Amino acid sequence: MKDGGERSGGKGIGLFKGLGITFSTMTKRSITEQYPDVQPELPPRSRGVIALFEENCTSCMLCARECPDWCIYIDSHKETIPPPEEGGRERSRNVLDRFAIDFSLCMYCGICIDVCPFDALFWSPEFEYSEFDIRNMTHEKDRLGQWMATVPPPPALDPSAAEAKELQGVRKKAAAVTPPTGSGGDS
Amino acid sequence: MVGQMTDVLEAALGLFVVFAAFLVLPLLVGQLEHKVMAHMQARVGPMYAGGFHGWAQLVADGVKFAQKEEVVPAAADHTIFRLAPALALIPYFVAMVAIPIGPGLVGQEIDAGVFFVLAVMGVGVIGTLMAGWASANKYSLLGAVRQVSQLMAYELPFVLAAASVVVAAGSLGFTDIVDAWQPWWLIWQLPAGAVFFVAGLAELNRPPFDMPIADAEIIFGPYTEYTGLRFALFLLAEYAGIVLLCFLTAVLFLGGWNGPFNDSWLWTFAKAGVLAFVVIWLRVSYPRLRADQLQKLAWQVLIPVALAQLLLTGVVTVAW
Repeated sequence: MKDGGERSGGKGIGLFKGLGITFSTMTKRSITEQYPDVQPELPPRSRGVIALFEENCTSCMLCARECPDWCIYIDSHKETIPPPEEGGRERSRNVLDRFAIDFSLCMYCGICIDVCPFDALFWSPEFEYSEFDIRNMTHEKDRLGQWMATVPPPPALDPSAAEAKELQGVRKKAAAVTPPTGSGGDS
Repeated sequence: MVGQMTDVLEAALGLFVVFAAFLVLPLLVGQLEHKVMAHMQARVGPMYAGGFHGWAQLVADGVKFAQKEEVVPAAADHTIFRLAPALALIPYFVAMVAIPIGPGLVGQEIDAGVFFVLAVMGVGVIGTLMAGWASANKYSLLGAVRQVSQLMAYELPFVLAAASVVVAAGSLGFTDIVDAWQPWWLIWQLPAGAVFFVAGLAELNRPPFDMPIADAEIIFGPYTEYTGLRFALFLLAEYAGIVLLCFLTAVLFLGGWNGPFNDSWLWTFAKAGVLAFVVIWLRVSYPRLRADQLQKLAWQVLIPVALAQLLLTGVVTVAW
């Protein structure tokens, strides 16, 4: 019968190595988080809950259609606005009646947030919204709107990352207007 | 007449103190195990019971055990089943009475103390065997049989190692052994001490020698059918066994209350405390030994070492 001790170093060294590992672990800080007493430090972009910025929503239904498990419910109607000047054409716009996400179905894939062309949906790291009744897991638009206050600012870009597309465009336009002689170049 | 009265009172007081220690020290070891094992696994262990770092966790556990319904399997032998935990626990108490903590600090001074304690400690296994047999459960019986075979293998090196220090001191009394002890015995009797400690662990079923209660294979061995207070008594017996083994090793091999500066019962407690930590440390560090490895360790390593040590001790004692 071959014992493991023969593999590394002398026979039986492993026994003492094992004791050393447990002892050194004991002297280090344990990694347990005291969750209910101390809030966890969540990384940026944690997927806790989805917040709705209602003013940006155009009821385009893209999110509801892309949702893999159909947990977004949207009701809207069209309203006509009187023409801005005499003799003009009447304008129509969408009015959002209901926007609800059923978090008992949601699988936190984030496709709705990626797909929203108007930046109306955001990830919030809040996660303490369990309920005793599964029906209460459907958050209507007022509750989804309340989560907006908990949405963190987007994390800063990596120092060596490429500049954002928007800034690049602005800079190109500015360079076209004023000749690049001055010290300029402020971000 | 008055002298008789004081004798009786003294004996009663000694028994009471030992009994209190017998109930408290195992809990201390258990709590130490909770916390040390947790930190060795990068956890924090119990934190709520009692408020400060879960110091009252074992009290809470005890309350829980006391509240539980006592279930006796229908096919079990009721009397034996009920009697078994007592038989597992009481020998450790009886043995603890004879172990001195400091000069004159002993429940009952016995001339052949080593002989008495080793004999009484061996009785505890009968409680386990009774539990396994009376439970009418195949896992219980398997565990009990494993326990007995383990005890058969490890009792021999246990006693041989103790015999070595007895020969060296020329006495079977604990106090005489501690008085005869010299610091250089730490080296001279080191193999015997190591054999004694390891064999003692095996007798107590402490991991890595916990084949008899291997929970992944045979549920909980002889204790499978037990609940409530009787189960708690078995657990208490295990931890009382740790306390007993640590004090025995401290008194026999580490010089008991002999300290570098002064002689005090505190030294005995410190040595036993360090040994209790080692017991927990070994449990966390090593996986369980298989049945064949257990037997191999006992017959091919511990017994030859113990015999060689006994020979060495005999030669040195005669030649000195």
